[in-house]
Order: sequence, then C-alpha cells, then structure tokens
Amino acid sequence: MPSLEINGQSIEVETGSNVLQAAEQLDIHVPRYCYHPGLSVAGSCRMCLVEIEKMPKLAISCHIQAQDGMKVSTESEKVKQARKSMLEFLLVNHPLDCPVCDQSGECDLQNYYMEVGQYDSRFLENKIKRRKAVPIGPHVILDQERCILCTRCTRFCNEISQSNELGVFNRGNRSVIDLAPAKTLDNPYSGNVIDICPVGALTEREFRFQCRVWYLSTQESICNGCSRGCNISIHYNTSLSYKAGGKRVQRLKPRLNPHVNRWWMCDEGRFGYEFIDHNRIESPQLRAVQGKLQTSDWEQVLQEVSTGLKTTLENFGPEGIGVIASPQLSNEELYLIRKIFAESMGVQEIGTRNPWEKEGFEDDFLIRGDKNPNSRGAEELGLNSDVKAILEKAASGKIKILYIFQHNFESPEAQEMLGQAGYVIFQGTNWNKTVEVSNAVLPGATYAEKDGTFTNFEGRLQRFQQALLPLSESKSDIEILSTLARKLGYPVTYLDAEEIFREWWGRTYQELEEFGELLNGQKR
Amino acid sequence: MAIKQVERDLTFRERIYILEILKALRLTARHLFRNLFVHIAHRFGLLRRLRGGVTYQYPEERRPFSPRLRTLHRLTRRQDGSPRCVACMMCETVCPAHCIYIVGGEHPDPQIEKYPVRFDIDLGLCVFCGYCVEACPEDAIRMDTGKLEFSSYSREGLIHDLQELLSRSTTPPKR
Ligand code: SF4
Ligand code: SF4
Ligand code: SF4
Ligand code: SF4
Ligand code: FES
Repeated sequence: MPSLEINGQSIEVETGSNVLQAAEQLDIHVPRYCYHPGLSVAGSCRMCLVEIEKMPKLAISCHIQAQDGMKVSTESEKVKQARKSMLEFLLVNHPLDCPVCDQSGECDLQNYYMEVGQYDSRFLENKIKRRKAVPIGPHVILDQERCILCTRCTRFCNEISQSNELGVFNRGNRSVIDLAPAKTLDNPYSGNVIDICPVGALTEREFRFQCRVWYLSTQESICNGCSRGCNISIHYNTSLSYKAGGKRVQRLKPRLNPHVNRWWMCDEGRFGYEFIDHNRIESPQLRAVQGKLQTSDWEQVLQEVSTGLKTTLENFGPEGIGVIASPQLSNEELYLIRKIFAESMGVQEIGTRNPWEKEGFEDDFLIRGDKNPNSRGAEELGLNSDVKAILEKAASGKIKILYIFQHNFESPEAQEMLGQAGYVIFQGTNWNKTVEVSNAVLPGATYAEKDGTFTNFEGRLQRFQQALLPLSESKSDIEILSTLARKLGYPVTYLDAEEIFREWWGRTYQELEEFGELLNGQKR
Repeated sequence: MAIKQVERDLTFRERIYILEILKALRLTARHLFRNLFVHIAHRFGLLRRLRGGVTYQYPEERRPFSPRLRTLHRLTRRQDGSPRCVACMMCETVCPAHCIYIVGGEHPDPQIEKYPVRFDIDLGLCVFCGYCVEACPEDAIRMDTGKLEFSSYSREGLIHDLQELLSRSTTPPKR
C-alpha cells in the first residue's frame, strides 16, 4: 500500500488508486470534468492537473497512480495558473448562456471559474457556432455549444448502458458530441448522462425551464419504481407554487449506494414521480347507499369504517374481514397493519401480491420485473395470503368487509368480484379502478410524503425520508391506521414511523447503516 | 450607529420662553409677507426670477425628477417587439420583497431558447429598491418610465403582468 503526501498531509491508499482518489480521501477536492468514479479514465479535460515533486511537468491526477513517497501539491501557484488556463481554453467557444441554461447554479464551469478564472476575456475572434437545443432522445436535449467534450456521456453509453448512441465527431476545435447515425438516445438509463454531464450541454426535457435549481430543496429517498430500491434524492419546490403548474416534485436524482445502484438509476424510476402530484385523492370519500362517491370528512369516514369493522367482528368474527395490504407500503405500515388486523382482530389471511399484475421489463443491470418497492418486506412480515382467494371469499359473501390498500384491481375478473363484495374500504393515494367500486375511501400519502423503510428484492433494508407534507387532506397511512385502531379500542399509540421501526427492528433510524442493511434471514 | 446624547442646559433667555416665541413668529411672518409680496408681483408679471411659496401645486405642477430616480418598472423589447427578457429569474431571485413571479417556457428559436410565459410584478409588495434592474443580465427590466402614480382600487390591480409591463415606454427626464 503506497503512502504519499498531499498538500503536506500524508495518507496511505490502496494499490492502484490514483492521486485524485487519494486526495479525495483527505477531503481535498481536485477540480475535474472528465473523471467520474463510475467510468473509465479518459484524461481529456486536463482540469485535474497537480504538481508532483521531481516530475518535470504537471500531471493529471485522475490518471497517475499513487506511488510511495510522492509529494503532491494541489493548490500551488503553478497548479492554479494551469487550471486558469485550462478554463480559458474550455471557454473559448463556450456561449454566454448562463441566463437560459438549466445547469446554471450547479454547473462545474461556473463553480471552478469562481475559484480560478481569467475574468478579463482575451478572446477577440468569433466564437464557433454549433447546434443548440437538439432533442437527442425522449428525455435529453443536447446543446453542442455548451459541451466541453469531456466524453463522460459517450463513456456512459459505451460502458454502462452499452448502447453506444453517442460519439465525438469531427476534429480539433470543430469536434462535437452527436448521435451515432440512425440512433436516438433512448436506452432505459439515458437520464444518467444528464447527471454526469458537468455542464449544461445535456439537459432534462421534463425539467427544462420548470424551475431554477437554487429554488429546489432535496430530501433523501428510495425510488419506488421497482424492487431494486435505488437510492435517490427528491428535488422539490414548495415555496414558489406558481412554478411548473404547482407540481411539487421537480425531479429525481440518483444517490450513491455502492451496494445497490452505485451512481445510476433508470429512466422509468427517474420520470415516474408524476403520481405524487397528479390524479391524487385529495379528501376522504363515502358512497351514499347505491350512489356515487361523495366528499366527506375524516371524522365521518373513520366513524363509518370503524363501526363497520366492529359490527362485522361482533357478528361474524375475524373471518368476516379481509385485508389486502400493498407492497407499495413501507415496512412500518405493513407492521402496523399486521399488528391491528392480525394480532388484535385475529384476521388470518392478509395478502399483498396482486395476482393479475404481470412482471414488467427486467434487465441484468438495475431494472427489476417486480415494480413494487417492498414486496420482500411484505413477504418477510408474513403477509403472504392469496389475494385471489380473499377476493373470491368477498364475492361469495364469506368476507363481509374488505380493506384494500393502494391496489389498482383493473382486470375484469377482479372488478367482477369486487362488484359482488359487500363493503369495500380503500386506502391509497391515487384514483383508480378499485376506488370506483369502494364504499369508503381514505386518502393516504405517497412515499415522498412520509418516513419509512423498504426492503429491496435482495433483502436490503433502506430508509426513505419525508420530503413533502401529505397533499391537501390526505394523511400518512400510519396516522390513519392509528386513529382507526384507537376508535376500535386497541391501544395503538405510535406517533411516527420511527417508533414503529424501533419496536420492529430494535433500533432508531439514526442507527441504521447509511447504505442499508441486509436482513440476513432474521424474521421479525 | 450608536446614539450620542448631548447634555445642554437652557439659558435664562430660553427659559423665560417669550423671547424665543417672538423669534419664531418673526421667521413665520417674514415668509408670509415675502410670499404675499412675491405672488402679487408674479400676478403683475414682475420678479419672475424669484420663487414664491414652498408648495408644489401637485398634480398641475410637478417636481422635476432626477434622471436616476427609480420609477415604475417596464420590460424592454427586442427589435421585433418580443420581450428581451429570457426568464433567467435573476430579478425574481434577488428581489427582497419576493414580488416578481416568472414562469419560463421553451422558445421556438433555439438561439433564444427561453422566454417568459408569465411575468408578474406585485407592486403592492415592491419596495422600489431597483435590485431587479441591477441583477438583469439582459437589460430587460428597467425602472425609467417616469411614472409614480399607479394606485388601484384593489390589490389585484397592483399586480402588473407581462403585457402591461411591455406596453410602457421610457419618459426622458425633464430638466
Ligand atoms: S454550461 Fe455552465 S457556464 Fe455554460 S452556459 Fe450553462 S451554466 Fe453557464
Ligand atoms: S455533453 Fe456533457 S458529458 Fe458529454 S462530452 Fe459534452 S460536456 Fe461531457
Ligand atoms: S424594485 Fe426591488 S422590490 Fe421592486 S420588484 Fe425590483 S427587486 Fe423587487
Ligand atoms: S433578470 Fe432580466 S432577463 Fe432575467 S428574468 Fe428578470 S427581467 Fe428577465
Ligand atoms: S479529470 Fe483528469 S483529465 Fe479530466
């Protein structure tokens, strides 16, 4: 293991790591454009130049291996001068687009230029014009003028998505990034090139001009798009409600988790946040006898639901109640459902898996066929009964009252069974086919509006955190269930998800490992 | 800034009061008679050089504005008449009163790229600091209309939209 000295601090690093990584371990940030930890080294931007003792010239720290006894300086005058010159070079044909550029505010050109910049321009020639605002795929817009040719995007398409859509064309100062002939950037991971592009050359179509990045707040979360459980940040804006038509969630970005998704996420997850602000059930609903659903208030709906559950329990016992939980719910919520319905009421059969849901697209990288984030969690909690059997019992009248969470039962078979069921309670976030046949509707919160944990397909327990308040009148599922339980006379006193997590997992959220924990076969 | 208190004892003359009152009355009377005289002289077309009175007969008579005065906002236009503003939201960001509301949109011309779909200024909140003008990288917003009267019977009436802001022109300052 080589040991070297960087800016006077010594550090020992793994054999084979480069100087830039060594500096990173000392929390020294070396400016870089082309280097990305998830991609091969290109060494083309020359922004990461450092001075190494006994070397005649400055060296690029992303490519040079850390060796024993090296004395590196990342902040010497010579290095700063080199950075300044490199920036001047990169900006020779760069447009002054910052006012209309979506990257502005999170642009590495801006950031480094503020540190070391050649503030007085020496450039007298005319800038070379290139193509602007070219849609190169369903999610990505390319601006060739802003590109600094770091080739991160092409390396991503070659190495990670392995679809080879992008390349560098022409030579010298006429070089441009462009699509390979007859291709469009439509691979299932295309959104990642937007994140890794250090400048505003690749921008997101969905996010374009919706909001300035400095208005956004972020919260750490877990993607609910499939059972991989990619780590994400939710970028949201709640203070300026006139932006983006009042949409609160503006974009999702992947967050590093070396065990799950590394730096990436898929497009389906990235752009699958629409349901958080769209088509939501905003207030509790009750169906008048044989009539339409009508907006009601929480007190009334919970009263009706609890009375219904109580009388069924008294007259028919727990067999009269059917519960279909959802793999979209968090472990905490599922635990609470188990506690109330199975442990307190004695309901034997609680199912989660929708038998009509087909496996979706799956590949060997991130995307999983199971589009639910917490199927494994539900399984581990023992909520495994056959949903079809429960629905059949409801249709035949054995089950009098059916409590469905979140599921959209749109198949004709399920619709028919639901139509014959006695009393259906729906608790969930969005309008769907199940809501249409329900008698009482309790609006719940989406994953962005609550705290909790999901267990991904390989049994990794990961935490997500609340970014937004539940929309309009909706409430977190834990709050709804706790209130309901108290109305039914069960001593449920949880205030938040963490309290349930402590009871279930035995630790606080703070104590959960940063990158999640494997279940290791413990059943709880 | 710290406050400095100056202790000062009144003199005997000040303490008996009456002399001070007479001093003040003399000043008032001097202005009264001077104005009386000057205004009568103006009636006869005399002594035009002297200004009579101290009150501007607003709104018939207006004070000349300094050319630097910050007056009602306007948005400037390109040569083809479209707004210069590119919805960069610098003014919206810098505005200390948070009274500018901008929604950006995609412009069909990729050389322009972005334009304001909505641009509202709530003058009921604006403090006329002029930061928006300073922040604008496109010289798209100015406070040089020379207008200061924009009262309204409702709060909504104080919210000026894109069309209203574009319709104004500059008034060259009177000297
Ligand atoms: S890429 Fe960066 S420097 Fe270039 S126009 Fe966009 S924000 Fe400005
Ligand atoms: S488009 Fe962005 S990521 Fe691709 S080469 Fe240009 S600057 Fe780099
Ligand atoms: S003058 Fe000041 S307060 Fe008024 S809109 Fe401009 S920045 Fe805002
Ligand atoms: S700063 Fe200027 S260009 Fe930017 S949004 Fe305001 S008026 Fe428009
Ligand atoms: S980051 Fe080292 S050369 Fe680009």
